[in-house]
Amino acid sequence: MDTLAQLVVLTLAAGTPLVFAALGELVTEKSGVLNLGVEGMMLVGAVVAFMVASKSGSPWLGVAAGTAAGAAVSMIFAVITLSLLANQVATGLALSIFGVGLSAFIGLDFVSVVIAGIKPLAIPGLSDLPVVGQLLFGHSPLVYLSFVLFVAVHLFLGRTRAGLVLRAVGESPQSAHAIGYPVIAIRYAAVFFGGACAGLAGAYLSVAYTPLWVEGMVAGRGWIALALVVFATWKPWRVLGGAYLFGGVTLAQFQVQAMGSSIPAQYLSMLPYVATIVVLAIISRDAVAIRLNAPASLGKPFHPAA
Amino acid sequence: MIRLEARPEPSRLFRWASPLIAAAATVAIGFVLFPLMGRNPIDAFHAFFVKPVDSLYGVGELLLKASPLMLIATGLAAGYRANVWNIGAEGQLTMGAIAGGGLALALHGVESALVMPAMLVAGAIGGLAWAAIPAWLRTRFNANEILTSLMLVYVATLVLSLLVHDAWRDPEGFNFPQSKMFTDSALLPNLLEGTRLNAGFLFALAVIALGWLFMQKSYVGYQMRVAGLAPAAANYAGISSPRTVWLGMLIGGACAGLAGVNEVAGPIGQLLPSVSPGYGFAAIIVAFVGRLNPIGIVFASLLMSLLYLGGESAQLNLALPSAVTGLFQGTLLFFLLAADVFIHYRWRRVRRRATRSAAA
Repeated sequence: MDTLAQLVVLTLAAGTPLVFAALGELVTEKSGVLNLGVEGMMLVGAVVAFMVASKSGSPWLGVAAGTAAGAAVSMIFAVITLSLLANQVATGLALSIFGVGLSAFIGLDFVSVVIAGIKPLAIPGLSDLPVVGQLLFGHSPLVYLSFVLFVAVHLFLGRTRAGLVLRAVGESPQSAHAIGYPVIAIRYAAVFFGGACAGLAGAYLSVAYTPLWVEGMVAGRGWIALALVVFATWKPWRVLGGAYLFGGVTLAQFQVQAMGSSIPAQYLSMLPYVATIVVLAIISRDAVAIRLNAPASLGKPFHPAA
Repeated sequence: MIRLEARPEPSRLFRWASPLIAAAATVAIGFVLFPLMGRNPIDAFHAFFVKPVDSLYGVGELLLKASPLMLIATGLAAGYRANVWNIGAEGQLTMGAIAGGGLALALHGVESALVMPAMLVAGAIGGLAWAAIPAWLRTRFNANEILTSLMLVYVATLVLSLLVHDAWRDPEGFNFPQSKMFTDSALLPNLLEGTRLNAGFLFALAVIALGWLFMQKSYVGYQMRVAGLAPAAANYAGISSPRTVWLGMLIGGACAGLAGVNEVAGPIGQLLPSVSPGYGFAAIIVAFVGRLNPIGIVFASLLMSLLYLGGESAQLNLALPSAVTGLFQGTLLFFLLAADVFIHYRWRRVRRRATRSAAA
């Protein structure tokens, strides 16, 4: 039983960056904006979080800085696509390329630095309980934060007036504009939130999950998060399920290696990427479901005067 | 208050001025960035943009590094014009290198003039086959090609790593993850004495010419452009959308695969765990900066190649990290996309009072 509990704890830990990044992107896309720069924003979040944690000695300050940095670079994307009406696909790609370059550049002096990362909770008495202790009280504090974020996003989109307005902007910006909602401002806010979540996801990777900085350490998780939003057909609870499924797949490679298997590491490292492709194909096959669930204006620029 | 107002017609002037504005703005960023890093901006500018090309060898390097960018960007542009977003060229390049390089290893020591052409064909097919996966997934399962082609970059890199660590590792290579060096018949001939420029540059020029003929002069190229500009109209006119996706992906894949062989049969001369400093991604920027036009791509490739060389030179001469190249690449594309707004829009100063009275 204890190994099973251990496995659940590890799966949640591996899935958490995807939960953060995909929930953020989900909110961005619900407003009708497709930001393909998740990978870049996560990298910038990761490197800034690590740098600040290392300089200040406080990993939590690092998390805050990483989140802010993700939000900050997302604003470059927002200005170019929302104010200057550029193609969102191209600009998102630019953001990813920029994030790779920027993070490699500023993180150069931090490559072999060691920091004290954020440790999993250890509540005396409770965390030591058999099985439940680990399952309920043994996660990183950021894992609990991801649960909170999930509940918040779920309630915001489904139960609040502001969430309804956001979805209206994503479905028909023209109508929302005609009723008098500030479409562009709402989209700025949605992109900002997505950037902050991606920054937080990167920060989790570099100061909690594996407390170190390596160039390109996000390793495609930003792109997997983008695919997750499609798998989830834009529904938050499905994002959660998908993220842990992929967390489990990522984990499988370490587990198999730990068992002393002779399968070369590269095959196992391919698993998350191949799984993403396969699941994406299976989900996308139902073109009608994708069309019905995707925000109708996704990826299209909006110019109020037009 | 200043507002954007749609132009009645897209501005041809800005279509071509915008890349120049973007390049100038990127250089301007350099002038801000270098002093921040404690370097004299004039020295840095010289080390970055002049020193790399002040010798014949340097010019050879410029053309050598521009070749894969020209090849890949021309292939990608064919797809982008048809709204087919292949962003996995880096993986297709890797697969091309594996296919062409694998053949070179299989024919190790065979002295025949046919080895090189066979490698080129194998490389192009390798890249094409890798690009066929996202094309199939898109046409058959409606799966987004942006995500699938990118995922395949990671897979291709791991396949190459697997091969050079194991099956194809040089037994006399002191356990380094690398293959044997290719023999002469599997290496591209040199073009210019005193430089590393090789025949791969000629392939790049040929592909530029073919790309221009295909996109501007052929009927199929025209159909692809229509499919990109007006998908509904294309559908109504009976232009097959699956065929557009297939063509767009396969052309990009074959060109990237060819670039991959050129790398391993040219400057590298063997298979290594990494066969490209991100040419597949840089070519995306080149395609946009070159306006998806083969002639524009030539100039954009030279600029991007200079950014690569400048990064290396800045590392050697100024002890600046070469990662600055990636930063400049991203900045260049941001500025280009921002400047592109003036193709379709223009600033219009709107007086507050006038707006209010119009609303009343």
